[in-house]
Amino acid sequence: MDELPIQSGDDVVRVRQLVRVIAAKNGLSLVEQTKLVTAASELARNTLVHGGGGVARVEVVTSPNGRTGVKLHFTDEGPGIPDIDLALTDGWTSGTGLGLGLSGSRRLVDEFELDSKPGAGTTVVVVKWSR
Amino acid sequence: MEADGSQARMADFLRDHQDKVVGRWIELVVAASRGRTSVEEVRRELADLYSLIVRVMSEADDHAAGELRAALDELSRGRARGGFTPRETALSVFSLKEAVYELVADAAEMVPEFLRFSRLLDDLGLRTFEAYSAAREQIIADQTTAMMELSTPVVRLWDGIIAVPLVGTLDSARTQLVMEKLLETLVATGADHAVIDITGVPTVDTEVAQHLLKTVSAARLLGAECTISGIRPQVAQTIVSLGIEFGDVATKATLADALGAALRHAGLKVVTA
Amino acid sequence: MEQVPIVKIGQTLFVSIQVDLQDESVLRLQEDLADELAATGARGVIIDITAVEIVDSFIGRMLTMIGSISRLFDAETVIVGMRPAVAITLTELGLSLSGVRTALNAEKGLEILNGRS
Repeated sequence: MDELPIQSGDDVVRVRQLVRVIAAKNGLSLVEQTKLVTAASELARNTLVHGGGGVARVEVVTSPNGRTGVKLHFTDEGPGIPDIDLALTDGWTSGTGLGLGLSGSRRLVDEFELDSKPGAGTTVVVVKWSR
Repeated sequence: MEADGSQARMADFLRDHQDKVVGRWIELVVAASRGRTSVEEVRRELADLYSLIVRVMSEADDHAAGELRAALDELSRGRARGGFTPRETALSVFSLKEAVYELVADAAEMVPEFLRFSRLLDDLGLRTFEAYSAAREQIIADQTTAMMELSTPVVRLWDGIIAVPLVGTLDSARTQLVMEKLLETLVATGADHAVIDITGVPTVDTEVAQHLLKTVSAARLLGAECTISGIRPQVAQTIVSLGIEFGDVATKATLADALGAALRHAGLKVVTA
Repeated sequence: MEQVPIVKIGQTLFVSIQVDLQDESVLRLQEDLADELAATGARGVIIDITAVEIVDSFIGRMLTMIGSISRLFDAETVIVGMRPAVAITLTELGLSLSGVRTALNAEKGLEILNGRS
């Protein structure tokens, strides 16, 4: 499992590049790679901008029927998301006027798990499987 | 953990009688597969499994259980791909029970050992069934994808105008494929107009309409305009009654109408020679 | 932070994004374009994203904003060269980039801009 800190805009770029490399090496098609890296970019940015910085983890996983997939974890110790259902609705924006990109990233991946409590940080875990 | 050491004793028994048991096991498996596997292949598979099973039973190391599971999953996947039945696959494991039973049938003192062994093999046999099912599902999924590829042609109607005649249902998986092929063809031909013909799409409901609009949206990002053609009268009525809005996407009754409109839009005219 | 060069040819500003841009660079590009449009009175902007592998919601929004800013200067923006994988992803994200025109390449982009007048 690879781990990258997310403390700056350059880190977000690094996360994209790492996810791209690992996705390409593990059998994801070009469109699947693009979707996953785009989701990673959204989630990494959230971690930086709304979570006050955090960590990204990338690992390769295998499904019970032998398919390979890439799993991403994004964790921060920020303020957390007060209303998760609302955050996952299309078009919801937080105070800065920039959407959280959560609902969008959810559509780009195959599995999506969000854990967040106000004052207790946020963790998002996503998986994209190869066909 | 068992207090009576019966599992360890069974492991010893299996080791001592390895040749005889494995030999009989191979015989039974080859017989069950009715000539579709060679003795050599089976021998290799089963010898490997046997030593893993013995290791697991003698609790020699921590890795044995994981390796055994992986080996069984691999065997099941191979059988699934080879077109064997689930029964034949499970028998690969259960015939080991048969082979051992033949040897201990008369030995009353081996009953507790055999029972533990039997339970272990039941569990392994069930596992092959699960792995087999999962592998079959994957094969079906792969075949569906291959079939979709074949039934999604993108054709060039004229300079700058391409058509995608859709036949069959338009679900999200198919839509992904249509979008990929359509966009790749736009780039390859430099076309700026695409006609998506849905004459061959049996039902157009809200979901299908959304897929179509997604496809149009993607094509527009590459600078191409789209027309949806092949709207049959009943389909038109369904669309209106469902309240589906195609917005600013042009729709036409037939592919011919759409071609005519696209040619006009390109400033071209068809005249008699 | 990378600064993306802006080239003026005739009445059109050309921008070619070649690298994986981080957010600050994209914001910088937006500012630089606004400055150039004001200074030169250019009537069109072509942003070539042929080499761009990822367009997420932030970059997508920036592109739309560049379109709006250009219009304030009575200029039109055309995004050219979007990769199929990027287009499919943007559509899935729900971004339609309304407010900017798109074209397959710079040549077609120019045809659109010239067609205006």
